[in-house]
Amino acid sequence: MPNHQNNGNMRIGYYVCHCGHNIANQVDVEALAAYISKLPGVAVSRSYKYMCSDPGQELIQQDIKDHGLNRIVVASCSPLLHEQTFRKAVEKGGLNPYFFQMVNIRENVSWVHEDRKEATQKAMDLSRAAVHRVFFHKELEKKYVKINPDALVVGGGIAGIHAALTLANSGKKVYLVEKEPTIGGHMAQFDKTFPTLDCAACILTPKMSAVKSHPNITLWTYSEVTNVSGYVGNYIVQVKRKPRYIDEKLCVGCLACIDECVYKEGKYADEFNMGLSKRKPIYMSFPQATPKVVVIDPETCIQFKSGKCKQTCIESCDRGAIDLSQKETNEEVNVGTIILSTGYRTFDAHRVPFYGYGKYPNVYTSLEVERLINASGPTGGELILRDGSHPKTVGIIHCVGSRDRNTNRWCSRTCCMYSLKLAHLLKEHSGAEVYNFYIDIRAAGKAYEEFYDKVLEENVHFIRGRVAEVIDWAANPAEEGKLIIRAEDTMIGTVRRIPVDMVVLAVGMEPREDAQAVRKMFNISCSTEGFFLERHPKLAPVDTFTDGVFIAGACQGPKDIPDSVAQAGAAAAQAMMLVDTGEVELEPNTAFITEEHCSGCKSCIPLCPFHAILFNDTSKKAYINEALCKGCGTCVAACPSGSIQQNMFDDAEILAEINGLLAIDNSEFYEKEAIHVG
Amino acid sequence: MKKYLYYPGCSLHSTGKAYEESMLSVFRYLNVEVEELKDWNCCGATSYASIDEVQAFSLAARNLVIAENQNGNGELPELLTPCNACYLVLTKTQKYMSTYPHVKEKVDQALSAASLHYEGKTKVRHPLDVIANDIGLKTVSDMVKKNLQGLRVACYYGCQIVRPFADFDDQHNPMTMDHLVSALGGEAVDWPLKTRCCSGSLTGTIPEAGLRLNRRLLVEAVKRKAEMIITCCPLCQFNLECFQDKINANYGENIHIPVMYFTQLMGVAFGLPEGDLGIQRLFVKPSWHLSSQKGGVKVHA
Repeated sequence: MPNHQNNGNMRIGYYVCHCGHNIANQVDVEALAAYISKLPGVAVSRSYKYMCSDPGQELIQQDIKDHGLNRIVVASCSPLLHEQTFRKAVEKGGLNPYFFQMVNIRENVSWVHEDRKEATQKAMDLSRAAVHRVFFHKELEKKYVKINPDALVVGGGIAGIHAALTLANSGKKVYLVEKEPTIGGHMAQFDKTFPTLDCAACILTPKMSAVKSHPNITLWTYSEVTNVSGYVGNYIVQVKRKPRYIDEKLCVGCLACIDECVYKEGKYADEFNMGLSKRKPIYMSFPQATPKVVVIDPETCIQFKSGKCKQTCIESCDRGAIDLSQKETNEEVNVGTIILSTGYRTFDAHRVPFYGYGKYPNVYTSLEVERLINASGPTGGELILRDGSHPKTVGIIHCVGSRDRNTNRWCSRTCCMYSLKLAHLLKEHSGAEVYNFYIDIRAAGKAYEEFYDKVLEENVHFIRGRVAEVIDWAANPAEEGKLIIRAEDTMIGTVRRIPVDMVVLAVGMEPREDAQAVRKMFNISCSTEGFFLERHPKLAPVDTFTDGVFIAGACQGPKDIPDSVAQAGAAAAQAMMLVDTGEVELEPNTAFITEEHCSGCKSCIPLCPFHAILFNDTSKKAYINEALCKGCGTCVAACPSGSIQQNMFDDAEILAEINGLLAIDNSEFYEKEAIHVG
Repeated sequence: MKKYLYYPGCSLHSTGKAYEESMLSVFRYLNVEVEELKDWNCCGATSYASIDEVQAFSLAARNLVIAENQNGNGELPELLTPCNACYLVLTKTQKYMSTYPHVKEKVDQALSAASLHYEGKTKVRHPLDVIANDIGLKTVSDMVKKNLQGLRVACYYGCQIVRPFADFDDQHNPMTMDHLVSALGGEAVDWPLKTRCCSGSLTGTIPEAGLRLNRRLLVEAVKRKAEMIITCCPLCQFNLECFQDKINANYGENIHIPVMYFTQLMGVAFGLPEGDLGIQRLFVKPSWHLSSQKGGVKVHA
């Protein structure tokens, strides 16, 4: 047991905060202060309008001087908000900052109870518990660790690219890891971008090549993070580099090997073109792929499948860049901070079979249409449908897999705008009549509403109502051979049937299929819908609950390009803030092992979620790496010999708090611990 | 193979007699034991529920309780419920009993007056579900004696079987019967109206509305070159089959398409005697289909 003997003569200062009306309306703060003033050891008990204000903090400091206080209890809001504020005030007053305890009587009392009398009683109980507890608080030391200035960025879409460039331009070394053979992400697949209609490739590819050529960026494409260990400032990351069977240093992207492949035509669904065209087993995703290096897909390459290929690709490469014996390699890097920008996936339209995706060839997803109208897409930008026809009428169905209880309840935020953009582009490409079926038009962004106006003026049709189904059931001769969109038109209060040649499903944005696995690997959380959870929805939007790990872009929630870029910049700035501080302060709530009591049973070791407990083979005792320990307390509860204790949560503190809460007389306890009251 | 209890409801003893005959014959042929629920009562249908929901639930729940009691051997009773309306009412009753305590309290009170106690153990099963998921289409396919090769069948599910409580098939695009037709060697027609309204009781109450709804199903099935429609609901079968003459007269159509129960078509493929399948009860005779080269009878016969 840690020694609490001679903890001295207790002189406790207790402060209850009105928080304006937030607390005072529901809790009788004067009665509370008066009640606490009568407890043993309490030298000062006051109420004050705003304890977090400068005068509030100065009040504490002055009382420490005037009354010789040696413990401080503040009853106010959640410690998440102001624990640091008050600790600093206590420290400034000359006390160890851990001789302090905070009682949450706002979130836990005044905001959640309606009966003033009962709320006041609960505030008294909680405050009494804290007053009993601080008797046993110990002087603790703040701990600092140095921060490795290098950073890891996971995911090379626009968010990852922007974050990596921001860090690299400010002199930080960055490792950018991308799963696909090229960086660029979804943005590289888009045709033009709303609301300015500048081409996605034109604005993206310069940033992609800047990544490739930046001396501070190490780019690993076709690679995945497989393990993360360590802690803020000192992460150790394992990266698996899949073999692309091409020597990246030798290949110049001349594409001669692709021409010379034994397959004369593409044979396999081209992932980049959403399966609308075919590729060969040796391919490059798109002309501006970065790095500009081809890749061989062993799943489809004859040599890998049967070992009986003429290997014309190897002959064709005058630089000898093709190496079919390439093996998977692993890299290990040390970084101080990590930015996750792993992006999203689009909603699988098969999940709403009544819209006919996968059944009727001329039903497309929006991402397919981006490729279809792109100049480097499968048809060279000409609007030719799967059945070879040119559409004269097009229906765009909004909110597919968004704002729907049966699939995803959230608004995907981008679909209204990209649907407007696609309406404009489809009309421009083909002169077709375009119908938008929408619930609401959400055009909340700079110049977005103006873009909506522009599309309205272009005589695009807008029908407000959810589409019931897309069907090939013609009810009259005019509908023969068409796809019929049945929708409620809530403006005129009737059900309409609109026959069209092409249907575009504006599919929503979802967490990636591996979001849970990634979340676990980086020890962060997901919100209920599965996107990565930020530390605070308003005030810490790119931080996570794991220090040193930041999130940016659509992995945090549906987002368009401007928002993703803004968030990526913010994440880079947060990472730099940590790096430039040079060291990070750790909460001293770590566990420690009393060596003489440890039996060396090792039962604590596998329980630690942070791998912070190690075993000394010489002494046959376990010990805890304080830098790794997060103070979860699992080992403390599990230790059969009771040899593990935790700072700020040791047995004496917790028992005293329980006694206080239950109003059990603590005098015997104080006597045993030789603590003087008053 | 386990034993199934069987709840006929009013239809299978009257207008849907052919459904009962063919279903029992098919299960016998598949060596599945079926025992009729003793002393069953009306399910209440939709009419009772629109007047007094709690009384309607009590009525339906009584059938679920006596199923629990009749089974008696400790196994969870599985109650075959071929009529889609009964199936919906019984599953809805279970759902409300497990979800809403205020409903359960009142129903329990009503049942206790008859010395009955609701445990909620009965599993309500549609024969289509049992055939596809317990017996399996592979077994069905292996038992076929007269392959239906070339026969184009439109499968009509109606509104009640998969919506909203059943979970054995997709609510928007059910496929179980389509797969069953393939297992019998036939060809299921792509017919997007498979769950659209058959007009329910409108044919009797507001005939012009009922016939209009009914007509579009038939016209589209014929247009898509279906040679017959099969269904799994007595009211659907009745509506689709019995008003063809009236539709022809009112709308100048020329529709003569047989409308059979899926169990009848299975029986034909299994080579069971027509008399055991209630084929003679049909108004639009399917005989020319079934004896033709295409119908497949001669393929294996």
